[in-house]
Amino acid sequence: MNARHEGSIIGAAVGLANVSKTYETREGPPVHALDTINLDMEPGSFVACVGPSGCGKSTMLSLLAGLIPATDGEVRVDGEIVRKAHPKVGVVFQSDLLLYWRNVRDNILLPLEIKRQIDAKSAARAAELLCQVGLDGFGDKYPSELSGGMRQRAAICRALIQEPGLLLMDEPFGALDALTREKMIVDLEAMWQRLGNTVLFITHDIDEAVFLADRVLVMSPRPGKIDLDLRIEMPRPRNWNDAHESSVFHGYVRQIREIFEAKGVL
Amino acid sequence: MRRVFENSAALLLILAILTFWQAIVPIAGLSEFILPTPLRIAERLLEEYWLLLSHAGVTTFEVISGFLASIVIGIPLALAIFYSTIVERAIYPILVGMQTIPKIVLAPILVLYLGYGWAPKIVLAFLISLFPVVISTVVGLQSLDKALVNLVRSMGATESQVFFKIRLPAALPSIFGGFKVAISLAVIGAVIGEYIAAEKGLGYLQLHANSQFDTTLNFATVVVISSIGIGLYSILNFVEKRVSFRRERAT
Repeated sequence: MNARHEGSIIGAAVGLANVSKTYETREGPPVHALDTINLDMEPGSFVACVGPSGCGKSTMLSLLAGLIPATDGEVRVDGEIVRKAHPKVGVVFQSDLLLYWRNVRDNILLPLEIKRQIDAKSAARAAELLCQVGLDGFGDKYPSELSGGMRQRAAICRALIQEPGLLLMDEPFGALDALTREKMIVDLEAMWQRLGNTVLFITHDIDEAVFLADRVLVMSPRPGKIDLDLRIEMPRPRNWNDAHESSVFHGYVRQIREIFEAKGVL
Repeated sequence: MRRVFENSAALLLILAILTFWQAIVPIAGLSEFILPTPLRIAERLLEEYWLLLSHAGVTTFEVISGFLASIVIGIPLALAIFYSTIVERAIYPILVGMQTIPKIVLAPILVLYLGYGWAPKIVLAFLISLFPVVISTVVGLQSLDKALVNLVRSMGATESQVFFKIRLPAALPSIFGGFKVAISLAVIGAVIGEYIAAEKGLGYLQLHANSQFDTTLNFATVVVISSIGIGLYSILNFVEKRVSFRRERAT
């Protein structure tokens, strides 16, 4: 449906087939974090995953990032089974995780440095990305000189410099104040439309999920599973105020809230 | 003007104390044998610079050798403790237990085995500075946010890249903190070693001055020992500024 191919990055196809994840605990029974998840994400689609803490949404992200192995089932990015970090995957975490001893530019170049792909054009590419997120000329600054929102923008640049076909975002705006957050959400939507990569966006904020996504996965805990796979049919580019005044938007939000109420989450 | 005053407050205080000291000695009618004046001590420093320098060379050599040994042994030990649970279980408790032994009490034993030369002083300086080097390195390595490890793993980092790109840089402030404690302790170790039994070194010279009732030379020795401590500390501070970046206060 909303698959896009006109962007500068080619979105990756994502597939989870019968994926389960069980964590062994030192004391007590093992924790069943994910139970038989089946999910296909179209290349270039924006999928948001919303649910209370413990519903396995972060586990799903860790599986796709290649940080942990699945107990059962297959996780694929562009057809390749993910066993360790996949070169087409970039991650933005809840906290910016910028290295305080590196300036912003060197932080952004870190993935290329690790992959030994630094070349003459890398620095220019970093500067261009900074420009795109509104941090023009901040390359020489250190993270401590930036506000929380600016740091998270830099963290997004760091993920994007790898030109990831799949961008994983784990509650990236969760630690930001409400105003900064709103601006970040709107800017992310615009940026994603320019880029065209596949995005999996983890959040516990329903409004955020509905505003951003083509599809919202509603998850519930113990064991973590997808209760609802909701397609969001709203035209793009989206406008924050218009969306919040539209009955379609509120209809989606209500539908998700009703599930949480039925599950006793809300 | 106020700023200049604030910045040099410590220096001005030292100057004030020295001036008071200089003034009080003649007023109280104290002989040089009881309390020499700062100027007299300075004079003596210049007169005997060659004697002091030759003994200072020995002490400095002992301090630096002991300190370097603590790094050469201590850093790999800290890495082993950090990366191996077995080594941690086996060595860490012993190391912490050893810390309750005042290393100084080992000095006579070291002299017994290693003689009057520089060897027991180096070993003492080494033993006394080993602990802060190991502990601060282990603590520094452990201090890394697990999320940062996940971040670079998600970029496909190997174990050695995790170490060199994030773990080591993040540990450096703590490691240098340990080095600074260690170098100060190493000076103590070397001088104590020289007190016990020596033919050279500032500790030896100071005891010699004491036995001759040469209070001025005694004080001059204190000045030189302190200068060695301050000098070595400053060198470490300089090196740290070149290789390590301290976390600045967040805005």
